[in-house]
Amino acid sequence: MTNSTLKAIAALVPQGSRVLDLGCGDGALLAHLQQHKGCTGYGVELDDTNVHACVQRGVNVLQLNLDLGLSVFADQSFDVVLQIDTLQHLRNAETMLRETARVGKTGIVAFPNFAHWPNRLSILQGRMPVTKRLPYQWYDTPNIRVGTFKDFEVLAEKNGLQVTDAFGLQDGQRVDTWPNLLAGTAVFKFERS
Amino acid sequence: MSSQPMIATPQAMHFADALVLQSGASVRDYTLAYETYGTLNADKSNAVLVCHALNASHHVAGVYEGQANSEGWWDNMIGPGKPVDTNQFFVIGVNNLGSCFGSTGPMHTDPDTGKVYGADFPVVTVEDWVNAQALLLDRLGIHQLAAVLGGSLGGMQALSWTLQHPERVKHAVVVASAPNLTAENIAFNEVARRAIVTDPDFHGGHFYAHGVVPKRGLRIARMVGHITYLSDDVMNEKFGRELREAVAHNATGYKYSTQDIEFQIESYLRYQGDKFSEYFDANTYLLITRALDYFDPARAFGGDLSAAFARTQAKYLLVSFTTDWRFSPARSREMVQALLDNQRDVSYAEIDAPHGHDAFLLDDARYMNVVRSYFARIGQELSTGVAA
Repeated sequence: MTNSTLKAIAALVPQGSRVLDLGCGDGALLAHLQQHKGCTGYGVELDDTNVHACVQRGVNVLQLNLDLGLSVFADQSFDVVLQIDTLQHLRNAETMLRETARVGKTGIVAFPNFAHWPNRLSILQGRMPVTKRLPYQWYDTPNIRVGTFKDFEVLAEKNGLQVTDAFGLQDGQRVDTWPNLLAGTAVFKFERS
Repeated sequence: MSSQPMIATPQAMHFADALVLQSGASVRDYTLAYETYGTLNADKSNAVLVCHALNASHHVAGVYEGQANSEGWWDNMIGPGKPVDTNQFFVIGVNNLGSCFGSTGPMHTDPDTGKVYGADFPVVTVEDWVNAQALLLDRLGIHQLAAVLGGSLGGMQALSWTLQHPERVKHAVVVASAPNLTAENIAFNEVARRAIVTDPDFHGGHFYAHGVVPKRGLRIARMVGHITYLSDDVMNEKFGRELREAVAHNATGYKYSTQDIEFQIESYLRYQGDKFSEYFDANTYLLITRALDYFDPARAFGGDLSAAFARTQAKYLLVSFTTDWRFSPARSREMVQALLDNQRDVSYAEIDAPHGHDAFLLDDARYMNVVRSYFARIGQELSTGVAA
């Protein structure tokens, strides 16, 4: 996550929120939220190196496999549940989205937008895209779910999620016009309707 | 890291006053054996208490002067430059009441009767141990611990500290532990206890008077225990189905004996059992396994661990190992959940290590690094006076 992306996401989190960051990586976002917005909470992460980085940072981190669910977390126990670049790695992405809405009052999801125009171009040329945002070859990508800005709107609706904010991010800048075409990252803020 | 091993010196603290135990019984005129490493700072804020597991003692780290192979049982974890860095922390190891390693236990004389306690040593619980440790800290002038640290049964004590004396613990590091034992765990303990008490040399626990030791029982108890400390994979990797050489070189490839050692794993278990029966006290083994069985802080709350944890104030690091089937990750996750329910600061590392329960004593870089980083944060808090 670039610094500007981090700040764009952090801007969506209200001051003093209790936050759960699913797939928190090295804990940079949580550390930022703690230091600059007085937030508290936990990160969930599977990778050993990232877990270690979080402990080093002084961020509460729980080494849990998200594909096994969020059963350790009580209903509505967080103000905000973040899934930043996590959804695309999950086998049970839809369940996790519902779980996010169960555990948190607000959910914030960000994932690579597959409909970003360079990806479309690549597909038109007959090849799966390999870009800075999607840097893997089709046969060894950890991104087992690829979706678009518009796809998420459909999934959110199907699961009774009320989208309260949606925009694209490109080079850390908010994209509100044609985000499905112009943004490499899709960002959604939602609540249970 | 220092090249010279740290020299440890055992000490003893005597307590004349009676300590009332959970059972209602009490002990008086008792001694706690302990060791300390590092230096207590001026405001006495850098103390780390290390609680021991079943067959360990106060000798946590360092070596005894002039004694080869006398490293403390957690010497890889504690010492100058080690994850729990004694250049920064004042580490205390204390031997629990009822043990056979220096603190008052069944082998000592009951001041009320003038006779050796033997089987009459009162039943001690994890809570009793913690209360005794608290008295020791009082004497050392330490009101609050920077951290309490323990693995397995030691982890239960660390947990118990945060429940019994919440204001006295800033951080608790609970490794390969559980909020209580499962029925299967109690079953293993019971097999071990039956092996001991049915040994003809046990004499109802008063074997000292007969000049014997129920070694057969202790051996079997240790063998059972040892099996549960390892993972199937590690046992297979270390021993597999390998036969001992004398057997393998037989014409048939087997000895067809039920008495002799044929497989390597048998040899290993018998060796471990023999060694253990030479130094461990049978009554102590019975006492400690009962303390393990009894530990259940949720019991007073109708089994609701979250309710039990409501009074905690500490920050926690929990560590489990994926192949530990005796204190499985699921048991650690129960504690994580109860702490989350109370919005406590908790971090949890689930280390994918092959070694089973014993992993908590071994060098695994991921495990050591997490503990190191956590203690570095505690150290930072101490030096800056700001909570991390």
